[in-house]
Amino acid sequence: MRITLHKSLLCTAAVVMVFPLASLAQQTKADFEARIGMESHIGHVTGHAKSAQYDYRRYCVGCHGDRGDGMGENFPWVDPKPRDFQLGIFKCRSTPTGTLPTDQDLSDTIGRGLDRSNMPPWNVFTDQQKADLVAWVKHFSPRFASEKPGTPIQIPAEPEVTADRIKAGREVFARVQCWKCHGVTGEANGPSASTLQDDLGRPIAAFNFTEGSRPKCGSSDQDLYRIFMTGLDGTPMPSFADNIKPDEAWDLVFYLRTLMSEPSKEKAIAKQLGLKPVDTNAPAQPSGQQ
Amino acid sequence: MRMGTQSRQYSFAASAIPLTLLAVFVVLSVSQPANALPAFARKYGLRCSACHESWPMLNYFGQKFKDNGYQLMNDRDAPIWQNASYWPITLRMTPFWSRESTSKAAVDTAPTGEQRMTTTGFNLSGLDILTGGTLEKNFSFLLVPSADEEGAFHFESVNVRFDNLFKSPWLNVKVGKFELDSFISEKRTLTLSESGGEFQLFHFIPVGDGNIFGQVGDNQIGAEWMGHSGNDRTRLSAAVFSSTDGNVDVPYGQNSYTGFFAGSQAFSTGKLGVQRIGGYAMYGVAPTTYLTSGGVPLPGSGIGNKSFSRVGFEGLFYLGPHLDFQVFTQHGEDSAWFGACYGEIMAGTCPDTNNNTTGILPAGARNPTWNGAFVETHYVYSPQLTIFQRSEWVRMSQQAFATNPSNLGDIDNYVVGYRYNPFMTSRAGFAFHNEYSWIRQRGTSPVTGTDLSSNSLLLGFDFDF
Repeated sequence: MRITLHKSLLCTAAVVMVFPLASLAQQTKADFEARIGMESHIGHVTGHAKSAQYDYRRYCVGCHGDRGDGMGENFPWVDPKPRDFQLGIFKCRSTPTGTLPTDQDLSDTIGRGLDRSNMPPWNVFTDQQKADLVAWVKHFSPRFASEKPGTPIQIPAEPEVTADRIKAGREVFARVQCWKCHGVTGEANGPSASTLQDDLGRPIAAFNFTEGSRPKCGSSDQDLYRIFMTGLDGTPMPSFADNIKPDEAWDLVFYLRTLMSEPSKEKAIAKQLGLKPVDTNAPAQPSGQQ
Repeated sequence: MRMGTQSRQYSFAASAIPLTLLAVFVVLSVSQPANALPAFARKYGLRCSACHESWPMLNYFGQKFKDNGYQLMNDRDAPIWQNASYWPITLRMTPFWSRESTSKAAVDTAPTGEQRMTTTGFNLSGLDILTGGTLEKNFSFLLVPSADEEGAFHFESVNVRFDNLFKSPWLNVKVGKFELDSFISEKRTLTLSESGGEFQLFHFIPVGDGNIFGQVGDNQIGAEWMGHSGNDRTRLSAAVFSSTDGNVDVPYGQNSYTGFFAGSQAFSTGKLGVQRIGGYAMYGVAPTTYLTSGGVPLPGSGIGNKSFSRVGFEGLFYLGPHLDFQVFTQHGEDSAWFGACYGEIMAGTCPDTNNNTTGILPAGARNPTWNGAFVETHYVYSPQLTIFQRSEWVRMSQQAFATNPSNLGDIDNYVVGYRYNPFMTSRAGFAFHNEYSWIRQRGTSPVTGTDLSSNSLLLGFDFDF
């Protein structure tokens, strides 16, 4: 009888110990194991999802969570909220809106970080580490298993900055109503600013051009061009690829520089011109007219 | 309070094994998914493992964070971004049980005047109160009041720093009391035990030497410029500080200063990781002559500066994500005056009578020199479990007096242990720490002047919040 009781207790203990582990293993297997072979290809470096588990756990899991759903322990405390990788939707892309980013896009985001969020620039990682992490990020979303990334948009060569171009950029700013969110002076105080929400219904702030922050997806002229031609998926910032011609996009880049606090050639020209903020009451002009 | 027993015939197994099993059981029973200076972790929502290879040792990202003035450079560094109730303070202390054994303690009843002495018991480490962070973007501070295990406080670190001056990562200035800029940091060592908690080379002073001022491991009071590349691959620094070994009120020389210079370069080696190699040089002068009053040396009156130097290489090498090596070397040289025990007579390191008032060097005295190195290895199984070892050797290459045995003061030190963080979050740090260390110094036993060795076994709970 004693032996039977002993065995029974042992069996019970074994079941109690094994069940939670089995349950955890099943969740992981069901959701992600099929995609654990995910790779990334960045330049000559091939990243392997499996190889990133250690780094992800060390650096990323606190925010993005074990399952990449953005529900890490910091979720309640950080704003903006961590990205939910399972959705496969990313702000910073070189690809058209609605498409998946390239591996290079994801690697750039890891290295650059996202200003005004808790995502720091992880530029201490080796190219291999970043490539592995990109593959790991991709393995969280079924989209990367079934879709290919979009084709990166073409960015024409940057023209020379001129006063006319800056004035034209101002007109584009007015026409496509950037001011509605970003405000006429770029202070993120447009009439729609307070109502903005991301795709998950969370409040989100428009970018304030005047406070010296770097735009989240890069601060070069090419980056600015790319941002409004691809949009920031998952946010109210749409793609203007269908509304703005490439030449106009460059004009807009130059005008946006005049709103920023950093000294620039554009800012100096705007000062010479005595350029005023856009008049939101003026009748809208069709594309191509100034 | 210290509770302990002394026994010549100590039964190691009887005490250590049950304690180890108990500790392991407790730790494993609360095991979950690991930690850092939680004040920063709480501020940024990063787990300790993001900045620490194994808390408190910094990894590359943590070094960059520190070099940026405790800033992530994500435009959320200024305190205005923090919840108003955020208070950047961390308390760290370690309750532990240890067994300390020394081969030759001076004992009246021993036939030779010396005998082995072993002590076991529960004990406490000192307390560190760490507070630091940004005052405004690119303005930061660090304040570390520390108490010994009996509660006597001193200021371990007090400094303000100005970073990214003129928007350049190459212009960062720090003023106050600070740790010298070695990327291999004793303040962040994983080792805690009596015989293995310190890097011997960071504090090495030849036997009978009066120079306390050349200790690389002691925080110093002065100013430092530090510059680094944007991704922290290249780091350079230069510091000048009073030759006081970090003591306040300038108690020694009237015009005694030391300079410390360091530089390092990191480079990627693909899957192996990012390797870093560098070097340092410390050159200073400190007094050997003091004015006296009633025969007692007057603080701050020291003149008769004599020189000393410490130079070496350091490296941090990764062999993949799990295995790394820290290598540190040193060549040290003191003026013959220090070697003859002139210099630190204020606190009794050398006798008051060793006051260089004549300028006549004791006969036969010469510059003591030495070489040393250590290799510390970490096997980081996961961010929560690290197994480590350190092997350190110091060898005198020239004694202050030719009559001294050539190996007088040579040190061999070996440490092995592990740290296990049963949980890891971005809020607090906790580690179960088990370590064994052994050290031997040649010719330094208190009575017979033969070799002296000690060993320590430590089982502790290292926590910070």
